[in-house]
Amino acid sequence: MADTATSAPAGLPEHPSPRAAGCPFDPPPALRSLQTDRPVSRVQIWDGSRPWLITRHEDVRTLLNDPRVSADATRDGYPHRSAAMQGSDPASQTFLTMDDPEHARLRRMVTAPFAIKKIEALRPSIQKIVDDLVDTLLAGPKPVDLVEAFALPVPSLVICELLGVPYEKHDFFQRNTRIIVRRTSTPEEVAAANAALIDYMDDLLADKLARPADDLLSVLATERVATGELTRREAARLGNLLLAAGHETTANMIALGTLALLRNPGQLALLRETEDPEVVAGAVEELLRYLNITHSGRRRVALEDIEAGGETIRAGEGIIFANDVANRDPAAFPGPDRLDLTRNARRHVAFGYGVHQCLGQPLARVELQVVYGTLYRRIPTLATAIPFDEIEFKHDGIVYGVYKLPVTW
Amino acid sequence: MTPSNPSRRIEKPMRVEVDRPRCVASGQCVLVAPDVFDQDDDGIVVTLDERPDAPRHEDVREAAAICPAAAIALREE
Repeated sequence: MADTATSAPAGLPEHPSPRAAGCPFDPPPALRSLQTDRPVSRVQIWDGSRPWLITRHEDVRTLLNDPRVSADATRDGYPHRSAAMQGSDPASQTFLTMDDPEHARLRRMVTAPFAIKKIEALRPSIQKIVDDLVDTLLAGPKPVDLVEAFALPVPSLVICELLGVPYEKHDFFQRNTRIIVRRTSTPEEVAAANAALIDYMDDLLADKLARPADDLLSVLATERVATGELTRREAARLGNLLLAAGHETTANMIALGTLALLRNPGQLALLRETEDPEVVAGAVEELLRYLNITHSGRRRVALEDIEAGGETIRAGEGIIFANDVANRDPAAFPGPDRLDLTRNARRHVAFGYGVHQCLGQPLARVELQVVYGTLYRRIPTLATAIPFDEIEFKHDGIVYGVYKLPVTW
Repeated sequence: MTPSNPSRRIEKPMRVEVDRPRCVASGQCVLVAPDVFDQDDDGIVVTLDERPDAPRHEDVREAAAICPAAAIALREE
């Protein structure tokens, strides 16, 4: 076999690759070919390095749970998403890019408020937030951009309440988060946005130490910072991670999900006509699977030699998990390109897999259940206000979605 | 050990074991099988029923299959 690691990289597929024109909901065709022909394959990324790309659902689940696979972004060989992320200060890592035991120590400091029953207890207040925003939409002018007027405010209001961040600061944190998740941002832009957010969170933690309230930042301040377990800076990074992850992802699911449903009117009708929470919950799982907004995949590095898909991944080599195409693996989901809200999609890997699987998933689920279960019933004639081919998708985003979604009714 | 019987009508007794140190508090088991799994104050899994009866077996198997940390082990005797 030719040694692709040392010979000319010409012919190696580049990653990421573009989606097909006119198919903004489907993963890039190149990924589909790899899944069929070479499910564990080397690819070339932005810095010329050649990590492995894993495209099959079963391999993604197996390897993301393999203790020989590390999430530590400070290790040589880790396949960074961009120059900005590679250049980030090693001291600024969060538990997302750490291994156990440090990962588990930090993650467990913030798991409590995301327990299922605690999130369920928030459902009435989330419903109120959604109802109020729909009232405002209906009373306001049309067309309106659903992203600005609805998709971003819902999760931002919810995560602000949970963390104890004043929502009035939303322009500030939404703008800076957007810079961080844009793949085209320069390292300087990302560093400045991060610093601004961490400084802000640091000040907020100082306030919470002085005047604790009933929110997660106060718990971090009084139970972790005051005890010396975390520095205020570390707690600020943790708070900032939750704030960013808490609004940017769900906002994209709301807007992109709405667009996908408007393009699949039969499926939209199922949601509009049901009063069964089980049907809505199933629809959320299917939309998570189908849209897979974290389209830049999970990044890891091998700690030891690993055999997978007939290849040997050597210790120190990077691994990228293409969870978008894994969620379209026909071996796991029959007819994978069909949006079918009635299928059992629960085994999707849209939240990742393994010990790093999304911490906020219970909150995301309830937010999406409330949104998808409310918006189309309250506005049954909802429609896009511009032609489909004029809608701009976040091809350059670490998180996928639409920049704007002008709608009318 | 007897080989597992694929027949749905004769369900073997099931024993549920959870590995709490492995648990990452994703809460998926609680959503799928709320009679069998719960979470403590930190979101870490606790078992409510270590020997669930036959009608719950399918949900418990689903919970074990979707657990991201593979922290749920089932013994079907």
